Amino acid sequence: MATEIHAVRRETAAPATGRPAMPGLLALAVLLLVLIAAPYVLYPVFVMKVLCFALFACAFNLLIGFAGLLSFGHAAFFGGAAYITAHTVKVWGLPPELGILLGTAFAATLGLAFGALAIRRQGIYFAMITLALSQMVFFMALQLKFTGGEDGIQAVPRGHLFGVIDLSQSMAMYYTVLAVFLFGFAVIWRTVHSPFGQVLKAIRENEPRAISLGYRTDHYKLMAFVLSATLAGLAGGTKAIVFQLATLTDVQWQMSGAVVLMTLLGGIGTLFGPVVGAALVVTLENYLAASNLPVPVVIGVIFVACVLLFRRGIVGEIAARFGGKRP
Amino acid sequence: MSTIFGIPPQALFGQLLLGLINGSFYALLSLGLAVIFGMLNVINFAHGALYMLGAFVAWLLLTTAGIGYWWALLLAPLVVGAFGVVLEKTLLSRLYKLDHLYGLLLTFGLALIVEGAFRHFYGVSGQPYPIPDLLRGGQNLGFMFLPNYRGWVVVASLVVCLATWYAIERTKLGAYLRAATENPVLVQAFGINVPLMITATYGFGVALAGVAGVLAAPIYQVSPLMGSNLIIVVFAVVVIGGMGSILGAVLTGYGLGLLEGLTKVFYPEASNIVVFVIMAVVLLIKPAGLFGRER
Repeated sequence: MATEIHAVRRETAAPATGRPAMPGLLALAVLLLVLIAAPYVLYPVFVMKVLCFALFACAFNLLIGFAGLLSFGHAAFFGGAAYITAHTVKVWGLPPELGILLGTAFAATLGLAFGALAIRRQGIYFAMITLALSQMVFFMALQLKFTGGEDGIQAVPRGHLFGVIDLSQSMAMYYTVLAVFLFGFAVIWRTVHSPFGQVLKAIRENEPRAISLGYRTDHYKLMAFVLSATLAGLAGGTKAIVFQLATLTDVQWQMSGAVVLMTLLGGIGTLFGPVVGAALVVTLENYLAASNLPVPVVIGVIFVACVLLFRRGIVGEIAARFGGKRP
Repeated sequence: MSTIFGIPPQALFGQLLLGLINGSFYALLSLGLAVIFGMLNVINFAHGALYMLGAFVAWLLLTTAGIGYWWALLLAPLVVGAFGVVLEKTLLSRLYKLDHLYGLLLTFGLALIVEGAFRHFYGVSGQPYPIPDLLRGGQNLGFMFLPNYRGWVVVASLVVCLATWYAIERTKLGAYLRAATENPVLVQAFGINVPLMITATYGFGVALAGVAGVLAAPIYQVSPLMGSNLIIVVFAVVVIGGMGSILGAVLTGYGLGLLEGLTKVFYPEASNIVVFVIMAVVLLIKPAGLFGRER
């Protein structure tokens, strides 16, 4: 039954040793240089969008790629945090860092509640449950007073970071977002290369065996879920500050689908895949928006092609072709 | 005028009827999902899009060829079913050896393509579809007014659901089907063409979605978005009912429709989320669903 997805992952996942491998560190250095230089070459708001979605996709990938749990409801954490951040900053007048923190905390709490329910079932049930629960958040965003219904929360002030740095300046905002992204990425990197991450991989490969080894797998899965939800919330809250906006698009189930696509396209279970996938999808949407082509159709075709033809994703394919041998 | 729990009876029964009609669609769609899942182990994310396709085929038949409701009720499910057979043969069949999650992802992509294409050509505004002449008007039941067409939808979906249940649980073909669900290799060894059965099952399951689409066309507007939000409620229905059981899908479908109608009377703000709340409660008490088996 569930054989190939594991076989594929085993080849592409980061090496199972505690220490990150050389190619990984090299890729990280390149990524860092590209990101520091990017706003001088590209439109900063565009790169910030990529970074927010990259963090979102990395958070999602932590769950599917390393714990083997496909959540189809991550928009709830991303969008939920965006609403909380937007509201606390705009209406309560909190500074941006506190707003993002509250949004992230909200996502963590929501993740704990949803995760506790969802991990009671596995596989496709897990996906359907997370999807249904996130739809509940969507309807609340539609109906509750503070979310502004169809309009969302607009004109959120960016404010001053720590009361000092003026975020209305796009370079200041950019490097703040970059710092947030790098923090999130570091957390994921550390998690994946920790004993905790090893247990997650063991659960992904063979849960009954992990149970028989004495691990309380439900606890590990729930922790992974909460961590993933929290980081997705961090991405959503940051996004609300960057775009000064939180809308229904952020909590819609199509958003949950988009993050699945980003991860799948870049490479499930690879550290850099989601970043590449997010950059590609955001770029594609930007270009298609100006063209006459129907965006969902193109996205759908890519989705189908990924599932049928290259399930490893771009980074996964590269890793498998060049030196992807397991140690 | 008398009231029931402080609600005028017309309003109460009116909402209950609406709930029953919604429940008819939940039941038809979750039944199709259950049939497909049983045989293919695939959660058909494209189910909502295929339901929408059924409604659109009926509408296109009427506007372009002048073919009316009753023929559409026969032809649209055939078209949707045939489309399903093509999808299964060309795409889905490549994924059976992989993790089931890939089936979910593939059908998700298909849903995006189908819905996106219709949205591109027909926009998001709905198209009206007239009620067939035979079913215009309604009955005064004394305590409420029942439009004929709505009564027909409830009866038709009940008949389709019962017939499907009977075919699967009580006939020889159904026995093969259930046996192949348990052990396809053994059933194949008995000389039964299992791949054909899988294809036919998928075609039949999505044809059920097509039937639901045609039934829905005169009630709701025919719009590219009509399936995308419905499908998630149906997923919740499926989780609550438990995937193991055909009967569970049908009963849960009607039951939740009614419950949603009741909520609309007493606490309208919660009517959109009541299904999801119930899903959460059921998961806490019985993770396998009300009618499901633990696997």
